[in-house]
Amino acid sequence: MNSILTIIRRELGSTFTSPVAYVFLVMFLVLTGFFTFMIGGFFLRNEADLNSFFFWFPWLFLLLVPAVGMRQWAEERRQGTLELLFTMPVSVPEAVLGKFLAGWIFLGIALILTCPIVFTVCYLGSPDPGPIITGYTGCFLLAGAYLAVSGMTSAFTRNQIVSFITSTVLCLLLVLVGFPPVTGLLLKWGAPSGMLDFAAGLSVFYHFDGMQRGVFDLRDIVYFLSLMVLALVITGVALKNRRG
Amino acid sequence: MIEASNVKKYFGDKPAVAGISFSVRKGEVLGFLGPNGAGKSTTMRMITGYLSLSEGSVKIDGCDIEEKPVEAKRLFGYLPENAPSYQDMTVAGFLKFSAAIRGLRGETGEAAIARAVKLCHLEKVMNQTVDTLSKGFHHRVCFAQAILHDPPVLILDEPTDGLDPNQKHEMRELIREMGKSKAIIVSTHILEEVEAICTRVIIIDRGELVFNGTPRELRARAPHGRLLVTLLGVDGDGARADLEKLPSVRRVEILGREEDRISLALHPSDGKQKNFALEIKKALDEHNWQFCELHTDSGRLDEVFRSLTTSDSTGRKEGAA
Repeated sequence: MNSILTIIRRELGSTFTSPVAYVFLVMFLVLTGFFTFMIGGFFLRNEADLNSFFFWFPWLFLLLVPAVGMRQWAEERRQGTLELLFTMPVSVPEAVLGKFLAGWIFLGIALILTCPIVFTVCYLGSPDPGPIITGYTGCFLLAGAYLAVSGMTSAFTRNQIVSFITSTVLCLLLVLVGFPPVTGLLLKWGAPSGMLDFAAGLSVFYHFDGMQRGVFDLRDIVYFLSLMVLALVITGVALKNRRG
Repeated sequence: MIEASNVKKYFGDKPAVAGISFSVRKGEVLGFLGPNGAGKSTTMRMITGYLSLSEGSVKIDGCDIEEKPVEAKRLFGYLPENAPSYQDMTVAGFLKFSAAIRGLRGETGEAAIARAVKLCHLEKVMNQTVDTLSKGFHHRVCFAQAILHDPPVLILDEPTDGLDPNQKHEMRELIREMGKSKAIIVSTHILEEVEAICTRVIIIDRGELVFNGTPRELRARAPHGRLLVTLLGVDGDGARADLEKLPSVRRVEILGREEDRISLALHPSDGKQKNFALEIKKALDEHNWQFCELHTDSGRLDEVFRSLTTSDSTGRKEGAA
């Protein structure tokens, strides 16, 4: 447990001493603002909710979260510090969990920094707090799922670009699998409705959508958590079986 | 303290380390030699639990590295090849992290860091980030990390690589001093280093153990007892012919000529090593040859090393034949 905390502290320290963190935060905040107000038409909708804000997160995170996760293991390998870390008295699960949690906390901080949008809505009208809370919870879980996937791809390579591209594609697949064009295709091929539901159920979008509307369903939370656990376990196995 | 038995590592079906056994006791400094690509670093990585073993076992103070990795890893400090450390951290931050991960926090952590910093002379660079430091400092920062917790076992992969001669000397002194109370493995390319600090030597070649003994035993394998003579104002070839007639001389080599000087190496016949120098001196006096140098060469380690191991290129030739 102490090792995990030590690793989290080191990771966060490293993140905030590098310019990457600040570039990321600025880009993230600019992009959320741009999508919410310019494309999402926040004012035009004239509604006291954050739907035009939350709607973009599966897409926005698709590019931004792999940028955080891609360096996790690839960078350690490139610098040779993986050898140092794994010859210190730390187990592989502790190291994997520590790094993942540090990244997740960082993304959580980024989400907290979007709070002016909440103040804006509260100032302009009186929104229902429920969807805001579930929406943010959904965003946080979504960030964790993407992060676990990009950490996983990072464990397989020492090249950050390869890690970034593979994790973006994997996350995109997770979004698209429940999308009407894809499910429509399955329907055309004569897939039974059970399979359609299964495909849709695998989709990040399907589970995130409910949460951004204010529906709090335990199944959605279980979905995100099990996605993270699966990706983290694969990360651990990949790191244990590496050859150099 | 370190017990490696029949350690094997396959990469695919290619054996990188083909079954090596050795042990290191407390108070021993084991020199680990071998040509590049012989499997030294792979072996060290297996001992330290960074790479899994294909076969065999490694025990650190009775603690199996594969069965109880975390416990075993508490017992040693490790300086990997090329001395990696987190480039974006300050030296102080990096050492603090290394201490904390080994459970040294608060005052004990501070004391441990202060001790290591003093031994490695890092006081002046504590607040610099690692990537701004020179190679020598990189090495010392990583070495400081290895000795932070005062471990009973030290595993050092090329500890003097990248250091200047003064720092090399200091590092050797430090290792020798620590060797009195710890079990240490040192890998190196530098053969004098082995004589300077090691109490025992193993040499591996193409993944196999080819020598295990003391540095003295290693030197004893050298073609020793040859005599180096520098003659003044003498015709080299004539002197060589005359000297080769002596029964105690097996062979004479001309090492070099410089103005009126000629350097010779005289190899004694078997069993004639004793008093060889005296006999030659007598012979030189009889011919009335002037000499300005006459000494016995005690044998060169690199020759032994070359005879025990095969370099990459010769290995490939044999493979092709």
